[in-house]
Amino acid sequence: MSYITKSPWIIHYDGSSCNGCDIEVLACLTPLYDLERFGIVNTGNPKHADVFLVTGGINAQSEAVVKNTYEQMPDPKVVVAVGICACTGGVFRECYNIIGGVDKVIPVDVYVPGCAARPESIIDGVVRALGILEEKRAKMAEKGGK
Amino acid sequence: MSNRIVVPFGPQHPVLPEPIHLDLVLEDERVVEAIPTIGYVHRGLEKLVEKRDYKDYVLIAERICGICSFTHSVTYCNAIEHIMGVEVPPRAQFIRTIWMEYSRMHSHLLWLGLAADAMGFENLFMNAWRLREEILDDMEATTGGRVIQGTCKVGGIRRDIGDDKLGEMVDHLKKIRPLLEESNRIFTHDQTVRHRMRGLSVLSEKDAWDLGAVGPVARGSGCDMDVRSSGYSAYGELGFKPVTFSHGDCLDRCLVRSEEVLASVDLVERAVAKMPDGPIEEKVTGNPEGECFAFSEQPRGECLHYVRANGKKNIVRHRVRTPTFTNVPPLVKLLEGIELADVPVVVLTIDPCIGCCDR
Ligand code: SF4
Repeated sequence: MSYITKSPWIIHYDGSSCNGCDIEVLACLTPLYDLERFGIVNTGNPKHADVFLVTGGINAQSEAVVKNTYEQMPDPKVVVAVGICACTGGVFRECYNIIGGVDKVIPVDVYVPGCAARPESIIDGVVRALGILEEKRAKMAEKGGK
Repeated sequence: MSNRIVVPFGPQHPVLPEPIHLDLVLEDERVVEAIPTIGYVHRGLEKLVEKRDYKDYVLIAERICGICSFTHSVTYCNAIEHIMGVEVPPRAQFIRTIWMEYSRMHSHLLWLGLAADAMGFENLFMNAWRLREEILDDMEATTGGRVIQGTCKVGGIRRDIGDDKLGEMVDHLKKIRPLLEESNRIFTHDQTVRHRMRGLSVLSEKDAWDLGAVGPVARGSGCDMDVRSSGYSAYGELGFKPVTFSHGDCLDRCLVRSEEVLASVDLVERAVAKMPDGPIEEKVTGNPEGECFAFSEQPRGECLHYVRANGKKNIVRHRVRTPTFTNVPPLVKLLEGIELADVPVVVLTIDPCIGCCDR
């Protein structure tokens, strides 16, 4: 993980999940998996966050909240869709109130499959997202330098 | 009054893993009224019964909530089995009971951790979650899933637990029991916890009945109500007694849960001791016709599944009334008159599970 130059902070929002993925996201932060040892901190404030974890598909109520949270995050930012619901709508994709996966409303960088997504795969997804974050940062610096 | 202000709380809020929104009407620092808005995670999964085979739907019923997942699937299966007159073999009933109690333990430990976090007691939060992982290890070893199990089916269960594994599970529980007791001692004796929760937001027994409180919220106020007393699945044979406390404040709602974790350990031990031999499922053929209400006691309280079927492979109506939904009116009452700084703790004491509540 030598490419991490900054402690990445994450923010989590529950689009319309069944909780299964949410508690696995939280489990990543607690002693067994302990993401905090890499400096990854869960924050409640979108303005502090670099990584946006979304669980669950998007429904009519959460659409605006997800968009809003994404827009409030400073650049560069990455979005991780956690769980099959967030990727495609999952078992609920035919429900009348589900619009679909997270990529229907905001651009998604990493998809983490699984129902519920296991903490190991969530961590893997976050680590991949950090690589993408670093690339985006480098691109921004290049643009700024020109 | 003129100096009233309205403070929005949620839907995206640091102490809430899930979205619920409350408009808090404040007079100075005190809450005079709380207006909840729910429905942020509404998916409309009850209507999916019209598109799915009633046997496949068990998996969707399980995904109403990722914490009480197994209990939801059992309750739905109970309703279908009742309509179709299926006799579930005793071994399946016992193993279902064991898994339901494991869900309860992991749910309560999860909640105890979140409550500690809301008080700012980080160490206790981490400790509770560390213990929860021990419970989840056995859950994963026996079902294959940590939070979503998928092992319940109409007529029985999908996997058996071998007798040696049952023995190992009991040994493991014996090992972690002292750790659980230790963590409970912190809740009963620690100054910080008592200071934050004793006497906060009292719900009287009468209010608890009148407002329809269920589960630990009701039992913390002294109401002796627990659906497990009715003896569904294998509870009738395990000599179950509900845990109740009488103050009705935040601390008692918390103690109900911490005591119930130990009670669940006992129930699992007794279930393993009495485990009958035999098949784990009954073949189910044909389609259901009729209607049924099935009740169960989830970690958060009484849950009801209503199923109406008309002899086709798709069910006509499925309705779920979940414990969080019924605990919202008591929550509104609990929030009246407290200080703004206590709101997160009080909201957590009903153990809101929005996934269940909104479905
Ligand atoms: S992917 Fe599965 S566990 Fe995760 S939110 Fe969806 S239904 Fe729940």
